[in-house]
Amino acid sequence: MTATPAALAEDAAERGPVARRLPARPELGAVVGAAAVLVFFALAADGFLRPAGLGTVLYAASTIGIMAVPVALLMIGGEFDLSAGVMVTSSALVSSMFSYQMTANTWVGVAVSLPVTLAIGFFNGWTLTRTRLPSFIITLGTFLMLTGLNLGLTKLIGGTVSTRAIGDMEGFDSARAVFASDITVGGFQLRITIVWWLALVAAATWILLRTRAGNWIFATGGNAEAARAVGVPVDRVRIGLYTGVALAAWISGQHLLFSYDVVQSGEGVGNELIYIAAAVIGGCLLTGGYGSAAGAAVGALIFGMTSKGIVYAQWDPSWFKFFLGAMLLLATLLNAWIRKRAEASS
Amino acid sequence: MNGTPTAAAGSPTALVELAGVGKRYGNVTALEGVSLAVRPGEVVCVLGDNGAGKSTLIKIVSGLHRHDDGVFRIDGEEVRLTSPREALDRGIATVYQDLAVVPLMPVWRNFFLGSEPVTGRGPLRRLDTAAMRRTTREALLRMGIDLRDVDQPIGTLSGGERQSVAIARAVHFGARVIVLDEPTAALGVKQAGVVLRYVAAARDQGLGVVLVTHNPHHAHLVGDRFVLLRRGSMAGSHAREEIVLDELTRQMAGGSDLDRLGHELARIRPSEPDRKAP
Repeated sequence: MTATPAALAEDAAERGPVARRLPARPELGAVVGAAAVLVFFALAADGFLRPAGLGTVLYAASTIGIMAVPVALLMIGGEFDLSAGVMVTSSALVSSMFSYQMTANTWVGVAVSLPVTLAIGFFNGWTLTRTRLPSFIITLGTFLMLTGLNLGLTKLIGGTVSTRAIGDMEGFDSARAVFASDITVGGFQLRITIVWWLALVAAATWILLRTRAGNWIFATGGNAEAARAVGVPVDRVRIGLYTGVALAAWISGQHLLFSYDVVQSGEGVGNELIYIAAAVIGGCLLTGGYGSAAGAAVGALIFGMTSKGIVYAQWDPSWFKFFLGAMLLLATLLNAWIRKRAEASS
Repeated sequence: MNGTPTAAAGSPTALVELAGVGKRYGNVTALEGVSLAVRPGEVVCVLGDNGAGKSTLIKIVSGLHRHDDGVFRIDGEEVRLTSPREALDRGIATVYQDLAVVPLMPVWRNFFLGSEPVTGRGPLRRLDTAAMRRTTREALLRMGIDLRDVDQPIGTLSGGERQSVAIARAVHFGARVIVLDEPTAALGVKQAGVVLRYVAAARDQGLGVVLVTHNPHHAHLVGDRFVLLRRGSMAGSHAREEIVLDELTRQMAGGSDLDRLGHELARIRPSEPDRKAP
């Protein structure tokens, strides 16, 4: 007594097959937006499309993108991290101050900074899973505490709000080569952060789409109770995602340190919202369970193009934030509209 | 399954058997003296009104709660289940009304969620996506569910289809007994029909099915045996050939209670003919 195949085929035909899948890609809205921004600045700004211009744009995109990618993963897993921006500064400060105070090789500072930063991420995730408080509250708390610690400890140890220059210390040049150098690819001068960025996008995409962990991230954000019921270690997934954000914050922090030599302890405040905005423009749902790493990368690219495009067009850079806000609203509306259409055709 | 035939009837050993099972929460007796047996290829319907003890019975069979009295046997062996995991390992899968699916994830990812097959080794260890898609399609087809596109989000399926995917999932992961908690409660007539068809498909594959419902019409369509619960105890147990739908409906609704209600309402509205008079 199985179902009649004819009736079922009819049902399936009503649902409408492949046509719906393409617009259902999370990053589609962002790609359309990025193309529009590219065309706009290509017309409005001289030098935007020249190699040097594009190199600058990609560099700006990569510094945001390195963080936006793990933040996107976290959001797909259904959580927020407001501490991501200042965590980058914390990571740079730990690295710099440790090396300077201990008069050690800069690589020692880099190595010490890694577990410290990861511990902050772990703290976020662990507190979240233990207390079941909203991640907004917990990471707002971490954000405020880190902001205070960054300033307070830097002043306490060094006497000023910025760290001492470590440019003449041992290991600085090799560390700079890894975190903040220029590389030449086919005649183009590119910042090495672009390599880090693309590597992170590739790794995150692999994890999301091709590993069990990726399946669990989508499920944790999409329906945590259902995921738990079928044996997904929901808490471990969440802690892992926060630790992932911390790992990227470490990379980002080391770049900050080795490209400027000194670190301003008040930096990073507000960047967390830019990472979240990039992820949302890239198609991540605020409620979790949906999004992609590539989308967040495109979101970061839109940020990079806008911030540098305004400079190349010789406009007042004050307009940057306005453009970004408008972009965020437009992209979110576009994404919502696309998704609605995708679901309506079912 | 490991069908050691009982000497008497020659029928296979019951996959799940309850004999005089009871459950108390503190001083409150939730369930008392309930007996039933599910054999391979058999659908046992548990019928009862709200508060009759249906959900307590499900919790005992699915391993969420332990019974206090009576005997619970699986494959003839007496057991006391301590966790849903243990029930699953012994082949009892429970499909709850609020289904364990993630709406935005594709059907095939939902199908394998928590038990994903992997291939390759080291850093190349990855989901065997081709096998996952293929297996999902095959497992659903075997149940008679023909999804052209297993990549669609499971949320785009109808309630009945989602329920059916959950049943197919339980069958695929080695369930021998499926416990269905009100599978048709929230569904329209057509969708309920879809689910009942898959219940029958599971039965035809040799599974035992425990169908818990308060709808005697749905139960009567697929049931081989009907166990009636009222206020925590058994109000009857009938084989399919012993009972007709009207009688089942009457008993489930409370038999003489309903007659009395009929009289009462007839007095209030005398123009209405007394249809339920015995």
